[in-house]
Amino acid sequence: MKPLLQKSAVWFAYLGVLLGLPLLFDSILAITIFNQMAIAIIFALSYNMLLGQGGMLSFGHAVYFGLGGFMAVHTLVMIEYETVYFSIIYIPLIGGLIGLLAAIFIGSFSTHKAGTVFAMISLGIGELVAASSLIFVSFFGGEAGVNADRTYGPPFFGVEFFQDVEIYYLAAVWVFIATLFMYLFTQTPAGRMANAVRDNPERAEFIGYSARRVRFISFCASGFFAGIAGGLFALNYEFITEENLNAVTSGRVLLMAYIGGLGYFIGPIIGAVILTLMNSLLSNYTELWMLYLGIMFVLTVLFLPRGFAGFIMMHRTAWIRGKLRSLLLPYLITGVPALLFATAGVAMIEMLHHEGEAFHFLGLPLDSANLLHWLLCAVVATFAYLGCKRTLPQLQEAWESANAIDEAGEERERS
Amino acid sequence: MLEVFIFSTLNGLVTGLLLFMLASGLTLIFSMMGVLNFAHASFYMLGAYFAYSISLHLGFWAGLIFAPLIVGLLGAEIERFALRRVHAHGHVAELVFTFGLAFLIEESVQFFWGPDTKNYQSPDILDFPLFTLFGQEFSAYRGFMIAISVGIFVGLYYVLTRSRIGIIIQAAITHPHTVANLGHNVPFIFMGVFGVGTALAGVAGVIAGPVLTTFPGMAVVLGSIVFVIVVIGGLGSLGGAFIASLMIGLLQSYAIASNVGMPDLLNLLGLEFSRDHPLTDLWTLTLPQVAPILPFLLLVLVLIFRPTGIAGKREQ
Repeated sequence: MKPLLQKSAVWFAYLGVLLGLPLLFDSILAITIFNQMAIAIIFALSYNMLLGQGGMLSFGHAVYFGLGGFMAVHTLVMIEYETVYFSIIYIPLIGGLIGLLAAIFIGSFSTHKAGTVFAMISLGIGELVAASSLIFVSFFGGEAGVNADRTYGPPFFGVEFFQDVEIYYLAAVWVFIATLFMYLFTQTPAGRMANAVRDNPERAEFIGYSARRVRFISFCASGFFAGIAGGLFALNYEFITEENLNAVTSGRVLLMAYIGGLGYFIGPIIGAVILTLMNSLLSNYTELWMLYLGIMFVLTVLFLPRGFAGFIMMHRTAWIRGKLRSLLLPYLITGVPALLFATAGVAMIEMLHHEGEAFHFLGLPLDSANLLHWLLCAVVATFAYLGCKRTLPQLQEAWESANAIDEAGEERERS
Repeated sequence: MLEVFIFSTLNGLVTGLLLFMLASGLTLIFSMMGVLNFAHASFYMLGAYFAYSISLHLGFWAGLIFAPLIVGLLGAEIERFALRRVHAHGHVAELVFTFGLAFLIEESVQFFWGPDTKNYQSPDILDFPLFTLFGQEFSAYRGFMIAISVGIFVGLYYVLTRSRIGIIIQAAITHPHTVANLGHNVPFIFMGVFGVGTALAGVAGVIAGPVLTTFPGMAVVLGSIVFVIVVIGGLGSLGGAFIASLMIGLLQSYAIASNVGMPDLLNLLGLEFSRDHPLTDLWTLTLPQVAPILPFLLLVLVLIFRPTGIAGKREQ
């Protein structure tokens, strides 16, 4: 009973955070960001269902997101012309069903194999659908896309969804439901088998499961939730274009899930939050945020193969053994120079970008025409790098001693 | 009709051979490391940009020599310091890494050279019509492109099958441990092949830059098509990649030059649809319109019905 209670406490906290956010930050910008986050969370979680849990690397996941979104916009138009009559709160479900249908069709032939073959098929289908969307103008609206108005539907308990914050509450509820169901899916036999097939399809076949069918089920579920995200996108922006089902969107969701951490349920949520924040906040400060995103992504793949969630989970052993505190100081000693190095590096990149003009960087006036500023940055970067390199062995040592299996205890057992 | 046919064949040949220059490196790298290098077309783009910058100071020919060298060195360094590291985490991590690399290279190119199209010109010395057929000119530069591509194909084939280095490389692909036991430095061979593969992509970029325009999206335009070729040709097969490259090049070229479409088919069948039919886009589809998606259609079909491609080996 107690674990169940603990688990539901986590979910209540999640719901509380989702519903409480707009009370803490109520500016228009914040609500816009929250809406984007909500969409991104569902989308990234659905992607993780494929790659993290099912081991299927997809380069065309935006297809289900986009198709769901397009159908959602068309449904909104139908509501406007009173062809159909229902509240717009169910629109994400329409998107989800379309995503599911598309996934059933595409999954019927693409889930035959995982790995490279699957990745290539998904790439091909992604390109195919994106290119066709420019050809079939009557449904996809060409480059301009299609748009609708969400306020024509019958009011839901008096709410007519004129404001973004109303959409946010709707999105929050959908995010909660979708997250809950995606989590529950991981606990079902189908979800468990998806993990097994990811790790060793041959063994799964030997105990009598069709690897293909297991993949197909995950694939369909993933398409369904991606469609829900697409439906929410349609509700939030009231328009959708070809860009939402092409390779750019597919790539972005891969970035989100990977940076957040594959294999951990919470990973994609972290990734979605980080990327949305970068997208909307960092882009205010610098035009180069995509470059930084690229650098961050490559560094993540190189040094944190399990993403941010994996980085946090790495500390589990130390935490359980109560040695987390002993890591704090080494982290600080190495972290400060590392941060300095990154800052100096970013300053130099920005100076290169602002060729021959003065600008402000973190409140400091910098001028790329001034050689002294260059020198300063270079010196700071060099010293920070050296400091980092110097202190890294200490951190490693501290890490090992915090994680090492208690040698004294072991010896006692041996003797 | 005949002139259209001849010129689309020639143009298809140019595109196909260009694609092969990219595909050959990609397929070599794949057979070695078992990973499809998503960033391969990005090295092609880097080749074009480096050559552009060099050509501003030293002229086109210096660019043709130095740009691929720089790209190859860069590729080798990336293999040594990054890809090798990711290799330990499995194929998916590798694929994801090269994907991130492609993203990063595109952003870096925009950072260093700006988002606009660069005025990268073919050399004046090749700025004359090679021959004139039916009143249409075939530029000498395109002839030069064909010559370079064929030269590289022949050279590559010769090195891989006839030289000692080629034999060691081939052995390292199938039996890396045995080759290592015989005293060869296998990681170094891998790095070298990766470098040569990316350098080939760089050469393709240098000679394609003036014709296909040099802009930050040029990698994306070609990138997925090269993937298609490598898969259709059969992963790891150089001969298959050659056939598939020519096939895709010619297919696209013919499709663009042709002016048939659904209306013709419907006329042939004696059917007619009104303009406001809900599927009107489908009934008015023409072949040039669908030309860009033909390779991907082919890719999906090949993967469903013959996952090993034209010349791929049966999967173990």
